[in-house]
Amino acid sequence: MHLLQVQNGKTVRVIKINGGQGMVHKLHQLGLLPGDYARVLRHAPLGGPVMVEVGGRSIALGRGVASRIEVVDDGLEPI
Amino acid sequence: MRFALVGQPNCGKSTLFNQVAGYRAETGNFSGTTITYTSSKVRVLGEIVEVVDLPGTYALAGTNPAEREVLCYLLSNPVDVIINVLDASHLSQGLNLTLELLELGLPVVVAANMMDEAARLGITLDGVKLQVILGVDVLPLIASKGRGVRNLFKTALEAAASGKVPIRAQYSLDIETEIHRLAENLDGQSATIGPDSMAIKLLEGETTLFRRIEKQVPEINTLIQDSRNEIETKRGRPAIFALSAERHGLAAQYAKQVVHQGERRVSKRDQLDRIFLHPFWGYVALVAILWVFFQSVYHFGSIFEGPILAYADDLTRLLVAHIGQGTLLAEILTGVMQGISGGVAIVLPYLLPFLFGLGFLEDIGYLPRLAFMMDALMNRMGLHGKAIVPFILGYGCNVPAVMSTRLMEDRRDRFLAATLATLVPCAARLAVVFGLVAFYLGPQIALLIYLFNLLVIAATGRFLSHILPESAPGLILEMPVYRLPVLKTVLHKMWFRAREFIVEAWPLLIAGSVVLALFSWLELDHVINLISRPLTWLLGLPSEVGVPLMFGILRKELSLVMLRQALHVADFATALSPVQMISFTVFVVFYVPCLATLAALKRELGGRAMLAIALLTVLIAVGAALIARGVAMLFL
Repeated sequence: MHLLQVQNGKTVRVIKINGGQGMVHKLHQLGLLPGDYARVLRHAPLGGPVMVEVGGRSIALGRGVASRIEVVDDGLEPI
Repeated sequence: MRFALVGQPNCGKSTLFNQVAGYRAETGNFSGTTITYTSSKVRVLGEIVEVVDLPGTYALAGTNPAEREVLCYLLSNPVDVIINVLDASHLSQGLNLTLELLELGLPVVVAANMMDEAARLGITLDGVKLQVILGVDVLPLIASKGRGVRNLFKTALEAAASGKVPIRAQYSLDIETEIHRLAENLDGQSATIGPDSMAIKLLEGETTLFRRIEKQVPEINTLIQDSRNEIETKRGRPAIFALSAERHGLAAQYAKQVVHQGERRVSKRDQLDRIFLHPFWGYVALVAILWVFFQSVYHFGSIFEGPILAYADDLTRLLVAHIGQGTLLAEILTGVMQGISGGVAIVLPYLLPFLFGLGFLEDIGYLPRLAFMMDALMNRMGLHGKAIVPFILGYGCNVPAVMSTRLMEDRRDRFLAATLATLVPCAARLAVVFGLVAFYLGPQIALLIYLFNLLVIAATGRFLSHILPESAPGLILEMPVYRLPVLKTVLHKMWFRAREFIVEAWPLLIAGSVVLALFSWLELDHVINLISRPLTWLLGLPSEVGVPLMFGILRKELSLVMLRQALHVADFATALSPVQMISFTVFVVFYVPCLATLAALKRELGGRAMLAIALLTVLIAVGAALIARGVAMLFL
């Protein structure tokens, strides 16, 4: 499952990021790494970005980015 | 003594700076770049200290040019203490940067800012515990209200005076081994940071330091590569990510120890996104906000523009009468005065309120939301939501628009955004559209030209993104919480951005006017008209239009003033047909950005990109003018 397929309000765990160096670098900067929990806040209309909350910070991720972030719903919540 | 303010974007760092700096702050350029930082002399306990406000960055290994300058600055300038501003409401994220700063081997003081906001979110912070963990002073701060500022600077001064360097956190053993191996070869290579810090930064791919060290230690490249390979084979990811992942884990662990998450109070602010990011109401709000924004700028500007220009005209006439009409000196003086008054009439009435409004939207947190809402549309032009900022700026002036592209990570994105931004009709071109088309043919036609402009920009974007395939993955942007802007910060930002225009563009505006005056004095008009005849013929325009078109490159709004002189008429309707007015205006809207914009393009993207963009805009302008002419001939 990737981030685009997650419904609003759900918390999922990031397992893998299938992006190039530039994308992984930027995500590292904003503190979104494999192992982190991300809560999907909303999907923008017209095929726009996805807004997620990670580590208390809200981040907008374009569709191209979000589709490359593999996640699982392990039923756990971040502490 | 020098203090450097370092922090992540939206942490309130600039608010803190403005609390202490006042209006004596100065801007400086990072060497060899157009990226500016601000600094100010501040008196702390009787001592004069230079406080430098570095660009906000999430990590020291930046992904865009502005972010990269932070580390560059710290590596090449003596800094006595780093004041690390930390957003207390996102502690674990902010600590990523703090851990990096602690590695540099410079005294550090941590300011836990936005304690009020953290409290609102139900977060309590054990500052003493954090102080013990990090081994540096941690001070509470509410920069927006000026609380804790004095204490922070007092502590920073003490830290600087003691010169006590924090002990960095340790990485896993395998990474530490590589750090030590590299560090052994780096002793004494930097005056500002220690060998371990250099080793870490070199592993992460820092380039300025690398080039400097390579000259002294030629084998360093192989050593770095070996260490990187070692880490990559063990960790299965590049060294830079292995290191940042370790810091990320450590930061989260620290945060868990010192942050207590209590009950979160839901306030009105949390509800705002339900409107602003709503699939329907969000767009209604977007259009309303931009409409109010542009309307107020336009109305504010038009109150002042007329009187300023009239006053300047009177003054010019008075001066010319003194010197004697028709002399070379009088012509040059007229040119200089036109350049100065043109600048005053654009900058003061239009650019200042425009930049004020933009700073306000930025600080309240709306601009990232705009990027969020527009991302899908911008994608169709081969860009992502962030590129909306140069677009909006472009309607004011293309120069700041081009400069704002430096916030984008990818060179291809910067080029594309800058190209499209130069096609956006700035305030000067607005004058042509209004003065010619709206005045003689009605506002509806002017509106049609604006819509046509958007269409052409979109088509150009699509075309360019076909030949320049996307390399960056798309939008990755923080959505900061909504905050009430601090007036002082907004005014400051407005002033610094306006100053960029004044320093970069205004001198060129004046120089352009002087060249113009010289040409008309030397009566070189018909030579230019002859050269440009193929173009004017193609567009179905009289040959006299050549001069105004050529000189529109120097100053866009002059093409209208010059047109009046060139055609020797007061009323354009007697010399130009409606179709000619339309093809002239459309051509002016698109062709070659003005001299000041060209200079900005050259500085941001290089000479070749500038030439490519200039050539492209001519092609687009001819094509668009021909289409507009054809359509106009059908209907008018």
